[in-house]
Amino acid sequence: MSIFVDENTKVVVQGLTGRQGQFYGLRNRAYGTKVVAGTNPKKAGTDVEGIPIFATVADAVRETGANAAFVIVPAMAAPASILEAAEAGVPFIVCVTEHIPTHDQARVYNRLKRDYPRTRLLGPNCAGILAPGKCNIGFTPAEVSMPGPVGIVSRSGTLAYQALYELTQSGIGQSTCVGIGGDPVPGTSFIDALEAFQADPETEAIVMIGEIGGSAEEEAAEYIKGHVTKPVVAYIAGMEAPPGKRMGHAGAIISRGKGTAKGKVEALKAAGALVAMNPTEIGGLVRQALGR
Amino acid sequence: MDLMEYQGKQYFARFGIPVSAGGIADTVDEAVAHAERLGYPVVVKAQVMTGGRGKAGGIKLAHNADEVRFHAGNILGMDIRGHIVRRLWIERASEIAKSSTRFKENGEPKDEEFYASFALDRSAKKYLGMLSVEGGVEIESVPDELIAKIHVDPIDGLSEADCRAWIAAANLPEAAREGAVPVLMALYRCYTEGDCELAEINPLILTTDGRVHALDAKVTLDDAARERHPEWAEFETVSVATGDSREALAKEKGLQYVGLDGNVGIIANGAGLAMSTVDIVKQVGGAPANFLDIGGGASAEVMVNALTVINTDPNVRAIFINIFGGITRCDEVARGIVEAMKRITLNAPIVARIDGTNAAEGRAILKANESEKLVMLPDMLSAAQKAVEIAGK
Repeated sequence: MSIFVDENTKVVVQGLTGRQGQFYGLRNRAYGTKVVAGTNPKKAGTDVEGIPIFATVADAVRETGANAAFVIVPAMAAPASILEAAEAGVPFIVCVTEHIPTHDQARVYNRLKRDYPRTRLLGPNCAGILAPGKCNIGFTPAEVSMPGPVGIVSRSGTLAYQALYELTQSGIGQSTCVGIGGDPVPGTSFIDALEAFQADPETEAIVMIGEIGGSAEEEAAEYIKGHVTKPVVAYIAGMEAPPGKRMGHAGAIISRGKGTAKGKVEALKAAGALVAMNPTEIGGLVRQALGR
Repeated sequence: MDLMEYQGKQYFARFGIPVSAGGIADTVDEAVAHAERLGYPVVVKAQVMTGGRGKAGGIKLAHNADEVRFHAGNILGMDIRGHIVRRLWIERASEIAKSSTRFKENGEPKDEEFYASFALDRSAKKYLGMLSVEGGVEIESVPDELIAKIHVDPIDGLSEADCRAWIAAANLPEAAREGAVPVLMALYRCYTEGDCELAEINPLILTTDGRVHALDAKVTLDDAARERHPEWAEFETVSVATGDSREALAKEKGLQYVGLDGNVGIIANGAGLAMSTVDIVKQVGGAPANFLDIGGGASAEVMVNALTVINTDPNVRAIFINIFGGITRCDEVARGIVEAMKRITLNAPIVARIDGTNAAEGRAILKANESEKLVMLPDMLSAAQKAVEIAGK
């Protein structure tokens, strides 16, 4: 099994008619993902390489049975797009859009929680989700993956790709690779992914890739201590990041002494996770954890 | 984007938070002119993006033109925690009320200086308001039991009733309670409608004539919201002029760059990988000159931009390019590096590590172009070691 998506996931791409949306939407379809619809109110009735375009997500859901949305629209439009998908009853929404203002993120998060509690948002500013051999929504380069027993959850995109690649190179496949994104208010947390991986019979070990900023890794460590019996290999980026500086991701900032990599590493070690010192060590530690 | 005090006060004023009348001065004469206009006494305040200005002697009270001249002359050019003072804010001095319940160790009453702020609580995913009677000092040094915290749901917003309860919980003196309500409501509006990441008043004072007033302003604006705030343009020119020139150039070229003070220049794709590259250089005993994320792809164009920025840093002795090829394949990345090197004359050699999709093809291209200016190593650790070794020569 995989988490959050599988071979039956049907995706509506909000932004399919845009340059980026078309590139990634078609790329995801070429991998075998069921990309069943796109939306654009001005282009309803047309198609993108055979994928029908609808005016609204609600129309797309009604006509195609889409059960996942891929939001790839500009930052100022993204909050409304996410809420439109939730309103249309889509249970799983992936938003890759970067630079959504923090207040908009906070409003969307709390709106979803209150009015659409069964909707899961992944992102924003995330790489997306890949279940090797089944479904790929977002940016993840599926060519460096293969199906298997390791679940990956990461704030960073490139570091997740690196982990996929390291594992695949050493013959270890992956159940699902989940990008939760680098923004301050992610819709899906480490804990959400850890819980799903723990419950997934196919996943035997979990790789968790965090970075400076916030306390999501510390909270995940607490959760691991109490609820995760599968081995966890962790890596935290930003050990040497200067305080007060935003390191590329909106959420990657040590503010007022809080959110340091050192604190996160210590919490994860105390929770029994194997912590890699650099990303290339992840593969070896997973092999060790799986006894291979 | 962090604002300086005077910019923060200008921003506060837009939302109706009471601030003192004042003026900006870049010279002693301008400082005196503002003081004469405002009336004495005035406060001469260094405008630098760091705390601890008062302790460093960057904030002085002046009762006449000679004192303004003396203090302004001393403060302009002063180095406060590595920040050179180039601008002053001259404002009319406020008379702060004395507390009847809180006393210093020597028995004198404390000034009625409070603390108020709004920021995001990333863990609760709600807004966090903090209010304390112990203002005028760093909030980190205030005991937790003296800080009243309130979580505000972004959907509901802050109601006046909740605001009053919060003020009572903070135990603000009776004389300040009614006056604090509109100020804190305005601070909340400034934080939310103004797209702040942090809106902080420290100290928030009670004046001898009973007004609640912002004596300082610390504001961080959310860069992602720039598009809907054309009024931020005036703040930006100042922040570019006073910041790191390398960071300003990188920003112009659309790169995510943070200047550091070492000699190994770093280029990586993706924020996570770029952070981890800074880490590994440090781990093997080197000193990173910067953090630079060129984003998902790695075309020759982007590579030229990145190398141009690194080239302006005179400290750089080696450049570590660390790329993971995903959708952008390693052979494209390698061609991008080779092409970029033809278009720009580098002041330091490159150590490149590329991995991922089509790694073998990419490495073959780099291998064929190896020279004293370009070394290729297959993994992150050995590449970091090589870059540090070259930089140390």
